[in-house]
Amino acid sequence: MEASISTAVAAGHSGAAAPPPPGKHGAAVEGSATWRLGDRIGLAICWGLGLLFCAIAVAVALYLFVQGITYLKPAMLTTPAASGFSQSESGGFSDALIGTLMVATLGIVLALPVGIAIAVWLVEYGRPAALARVAESTIEAIAGIPSIVLALFGTVIFSSSALAFLSRSNEGVVFGKSFFAAGAMLSLVALPLIVASVREGLNSIPRHVREASYAVGKTKAATTRRILLPACRPQVATGAVLGLGRIIGDTAIIVVLLGATQNFGPVEGAPFPLDYLRGVGTTLTNFVYEASPTGNLNQPQKAYAAAFVLLIMILILNAIVDLIHRRSRKVGTWSS
Amino acid sequence: MELLRTPPPIRRLPLPDPEPATEVMAPAGAGFSAARRSIGAPQFSIRRMEVDGVSISYGGKRAVRDVSLPIRQGEVLALIGPSGCGKTTLLRSLNRLTELTATARLEGSIRLDDVDVTLIEPTLLRRRVTMVFQQPNPFPMSVFDNVAYVLREQGSRRARRRTLEPAVHSALQRAGLFDEVKDNLRHPALKLSGGQQQRLCIARALAAEPEVLLLDEPCSALDPQSTQVIEDLIVKLRDDVAVVIVTHNLQQAYRIADHVAFMYLGDLVEYGGATALFGSPREQRTREYVSGAFG
Repeated sequence: MEASISTAVAAGHSGAAAPPPPGKHGAAVEGSATWRLGDRIGLAICWGLGLLFCAIAVAVALYLFVQGITYLKPAMLTTPAASGFSQSESGGFSDALIGTLMVATLGIVLALPVGIAIAVWLVEYGRPAALARVAESTIEAIAGIPSIVLALFGTVIFSSSALAFLSRSNEGVVFGKSFFAAGAMLSLVALPLIVASVREGLNSIPRHVREASYAVGKTKAATTRRILLPACRPQVATGAVLGLGRIIGDTAIIVVLLGATQNFGPVEGAPFPLDYLRGVGTTLTNFVYEASPTGNLNQPQKAYAAAFVLLIMILILNAIVDLIHRRSRKVGTWSS
Repeated sequence: MELLRTPPPIRRLPLPDPEPATEVMAPAGAGFSAARRSIGAPQFSIRRMEVDGVSISYGGKRAVRDVSLPIRQGEVLALIGPSGCGKTTLLRSLNRLTELTATARLEGSIRLDDVDVTLIEPTLLRRRVTMVFQQPNPFPMSVFDNVAYVLREQGSRRARRRTLEPAVHSALQRAGLFDEVKDNLRHPALKLSGGQQQRLCIARALAAEPEVLLLDEPCSALDPQSTQVIEDLIVKLRDDVAVVIVTHNLQQAYRIADHVAFMYLGDLVEYGGATALFGSPREQRTREYVSGAFG
């Protein structure tokens, strides 16, 4: 939402230097005084709905900003949650903040290479065609599966004894809840977005550009690696950022596969990063849920503060997407 | 020493003796006010490729029917004809780009220096027979890297800038672009003007040191001035490489070609010296096309 608004603004700016493409800006609105009544009402409804959605977005953002700035204290970002009866005793949410960063990193590190590989295979190879079609619809299916269902499936996988090294196990019983487990399942949530974005990027490269590379004796692999993937770097980045947004925003998988404890629960005896990664924890989304009036903690002020932090993170991600797109326009592209 | 290994070794056959120039001088073509850019007949010509009874079909649909042509170094061969007459298909078959289309079938034989092209590994063949496309399509990297990409091994980023520099500069020089871009070699190639982009594509095609250069309507997306620059360039190049150009523009074919092949509906209707073909065409269909009756 935010990204598309700012893109439109950016397009407006560049339009000042060069004449805007016909029919995209301005031209459509000009003559509406002479339109039939029905068309004018239709246009008014479109305008109204557009403004309404802007208003909703602004209201949410503004409300959270006001609440967030009121309740957020820097100490909350650095102190872990503690048990206590009043909001002043229960600490902050540093564990949740770090947890969010951890699942985001894990998820995207897993999803990005796989997503790029799938997209390259679908667009550049796609053979046998039947298998490509199956892969395509599978990915669409994953995109449509609610994350709670994925989470449930994850419990089956990660509780198997073969994957005991990914979580805590006690006398042969595998716990199945860990940052590894949550990160792996969250990568599935991000995967369809990355695949779609990279495919779009690859498809937007004209065929003659590939052929130009083949025509100087380059193989398909070399062409993909040196020409096609660098050319769709903006789309790769967009897919990654959109995927990150999904991962950060997910709650169901966190509750089911991360344990949703208040604090980190590292596995004793494992070497440093592994003890935390194999252990349980929490994220900001889960913290907001727990701290909200429906959750177990019921400390709404901290819920607002955490939600505010979450919102800032998402806004930053949107700004990054926007920046990438503006950058990519500077490099230029082929006429088709 | 990386550079020496970089391009795959090309084994060239000893060249046959130069043939005498085959240009048949004829009275200047009626209706062609344009001056010939290639002044006089070429100095010499060496037969590099031989198209022999080639037919190409896409899934049963014939695109090219039984075409035979020689392609010589030292001259420019223009393929002309109305849209869909198979001239681009024929051009693409010369470096086996048609094989990228799964349904394409080729009969007959195409030989490069007396070796059938199907016996040459495609990536090697395409370094010996390079191609420039209708749309300027520099790769999304710097001007330097566009040319260096051709010189480097498959997918490799090795071979340092310094080692590649002489080869890159010489390719840019041959394409007549060096003086314009020598200060901006690190700039993105897609920011060059259309004409410069197309000359960069020619430089890229020349960097592989090909024996044959294929041009598929290289000027159709360019303004008249850039077109003129590129036409001059093509005429200059013909001494070093065999040039085959597909063009819609009859004036252009007349200006730069030494030999012209007129194709119609997949058939090679007439092949001959440019002035002869435009001045006194033997075939009725050629005469009609050249005088603008259809197309």
